[in-house]
Amino acid sequence: MKKFNFRSFFGFESSATNELNYLKNKAEKSSDSCGGNCSCEDPKDENAIDTGALNKTVNRREALKFIRNTATAGAALASSSFSFGKEEKAERAGIKMDEYFKSNYRLMTDKEREASIERLERLSEIDHGVRPEIKGTKAQPNTLYGYAFNISKCQGYGDCIEACVEENNQDRKTNMQYIRMFEMENGHLDLEEGKADYTHMVPAEGHFYLGTQCFQCANPPCTTVCPVQATWQEPDGIVVIDYDWCVGCRYCEAACPYWARRFNWNEPEVPAKEINKEQHYLGNRLRTKGTMEKCTFCISRTREGLQPACAEACPTGARTFGNILDPDSELNYILKNKKVFRLKEDLGTEPKFWYYMD
Amino acid sequence: MHFLSFIKDSLAAATKGNKNFHLWMGVLSLFMMIGFYAYTVQLDEGLITTGMNDHISWGLYISNFTFLVGLAAAAVMLVMPAYVLHDVDFSKAVLIGEGLAVSALIMCLCFVTVDMGGPQNLWHMMPIVGIFNWPQSMLTWDVIVLNGYLAINVCIPAYILYSKYCGREPNKKIYVPLMYLSVFWAVGIHLVTAFLLAGLPARPFWNSSLLGPRFLASAFAGGPAFMILALGVIRKCTTYDIPAKTFNKMAMIITVAAQINLLMLGSELFKEFYTPTHHSLSAQYLFFGLHGHNALVPWIWTGISLNILATITLTFHKLRRNPVFLYPACLLLFLGIWIEKGMGLIVPGFIPSPLGEIVEYSPSWVELCVTVGIWSLGLFIFTLLVRVAIAVEQGNLRNPQT
Ligand code: SF4
Ligand code: SF4
Repeated sequence: MKKFNFRSFFGFESSATNELNYLKNKAEKSSDSCGGNCSCEDPKDENAIDTGALNKTVNRREALKFIRNTATAGAALASSSFSFGKEEKAERAGIKMDEYFKSNYRLMTDKEREASIERLERLSEIDHGVRPEIKGTKAQPNTLYGYAFNISKCQGYGDCIEACVEENNQDRKTNMQYIRMFEMENGHLDLEEGKADYTHMVPAEGHFYLGTQCFQCANPPCTTVCPVQATWQEPDGIVVIDYDWCVGCRYCEAACPYWARRFNWNEPEVPAKEINKEQHYLGNRLRTKGTMEKCTFCISRTREGLQPACAEACPTGARTFGNILDPDSELNYILKNKKVFRLKEDLGTEPKFWYYMD
Repeated sequence: MHFLSFIKDSLAAATKGNKNFHLWMGVLSLFMMIGFYAYTVQLDEGLITTGMNDHISWGLYISNFTFLVGLAAAAVMLVMPAYVLHDVDFSKAVLIGEGLAVSALIMCLCFVTVDMGGPQNLWHMMPIVGIFNWPQSMLTWDVIVLNGYLAINVCIPAYILYSKYCGREPNKKIYVPLMYLSVFWAVGIHLVTAFLLAGLPARPFWNSSLLGPRFLASAFAGGPAFMILALGVIRKCTTYDIPAKTFNKMAMIITVAAQINLLMLGSELFKEFYTPTHHSLSAQYLFFGLHGHNALVPWIWTGISLNILATITLTFHKLRRNPVFLYPACLLLFLGIWIEKGMGLIVPGFIPSPLGEIVEYSPSWVELCVTVGIWSLGLFIFTLLVRVAIAVEQGNLRNPQT
């Protein structure tokens, strides 16, 4: 039976009964539209923001430019009369100003993106004494990422959590973690009964372990609700956030049925020597207070062909990451041959994260 | 230009008063300053200074926001009878009702702004330079309807008062269509705000089709209840005469709305507790406590008791018509609904978390001070608007050249 979907009914979004088909179609379509080389982030892409017509984009770009120029002139005036003393301070103020008036990542031209990345790298150098390499690698054609988690192998060690924190430069002050590891009693699959705050030796007798994180839903409620389109799904299925465009309303956090989003309640702190310098604009670059963040399947690694940090760190081999569209991937083998299930399927969010057991 | 002198004269009328008036405004200003200071602390250190966290990501601010949207929408219960149904008894109250809507909306916008992690980024929401995620996001709908309602409720009274100031009768052809619009719009703002919450399948406590109608019922009880209190004060402190009939009719509206509200509460409780499911856990936490966590239990039972007590009092004609009972009943109802539609609605939606974890919430001093500050700002604006309206209506404020 075909499920009725309000959003697709009104043409906001395409949907299909079989979500895999849906995702495949989507990925194929997006690689068609550009000959397969780019990741289709031009405004014509179906994943890009519907700005109505191109001239509207131009309008807003001009308006933005005007505001920025006026403000920069004001700032220049102010700085000349106050004289910051240190050159760096003035440079920082200038960078901040340009960053403040930049556009949403999806609306930027490639040139604007490069300029922003350059500014962000310099800003990090000034603020933290570390110059990272921030990439803007786009989604690869014919790629749709998925994840499988073996509940009979996981022993609850939590190495994945540690690796995740280090890889993604999460705030150490509030101990922010994307991955949540639940200790579940055998015979229950109700998270209500699970314990995420266990401190004893693992594995515990009569228990199994179930890790959660952002499931990169194919039909994500978190992106629909965002009032400013600061969060969206990329063609390779990763749900990302433009940290600089987010207004911090936390509506997406309330909408996520898997408690996968984290908010920066204070100015995040990462000791300079622990900062991971391999960064991605939409991934693990340093965030500021008042913005939302989440697991991006380690976009900084996976778009370079590496495994996510959690999968790499897992000592038991419970975690398998891969490309759903690649028939030879290990992930596809698991999906075809194991008994797999997903959490809260009744909500229709279609997570791309499956659990299975041997 | 008469309009400039209108503004000038209004300001003069609004700011001149006796000692009590200045004392009242002085106290409000003090609270506003304290609230402002607390907000600077929050801006400086981040939302960590509030009691909110990743589990309970909306707290006192959004609670007050939802409640105040109802207060703003309630003005329609005066506008409709007075202008659409030509019931003259309300004409003396209607401008004050619109003043209430304007102040409540300003408070709403303030509460949303202080709740933002990046208020400096709010321009991202502006059309053309920003991105408006419309029609997908309910929050953008809310921004549109709230600002539209604010505009309507500023325009109508401003036009009527200005006409009277100039010694003209306001033109019905201009303001009556706007009145009609405002009636629909008022229902719209409250429904959209309810849909903001009801549209989230992740939160079963809110994901109910009764949420919208319940919002309306409670708004049409709580809003006019506040109006009766305000009109009572106006009647006592000024020479502006409000007929007893106005009070009686408003009390009638409040009574019916309060009864319907209780009815819906009953049907909701039945659904949650007759055959409790996992989706009833939030309700269980709210009403009876869950696994030893019960911070909201005394809170919600206080709210419900106040509601029931007030509704019973209002139901008896004799009691309702007697100011000795009417005023306290209105006060209790107002407080009861503030509890129920505020913290009693927003916070339990987050408990337990979608992954079954229980974390409790209590507001920090920063949140409390900012909240008191915004309420003071609202009352401050309300007082100013009411004084101008009364001065014009009484003919004390007239353009000398006309
Ligand atoms: S798990 Fe939550 S944050 Fe991740 S895509 Fe789904 S709804 Fe969005
Ligand atoms: S917190 Fe940020 S990403 Fe989430 S809905 Fe609000 S603006 Fe969008």
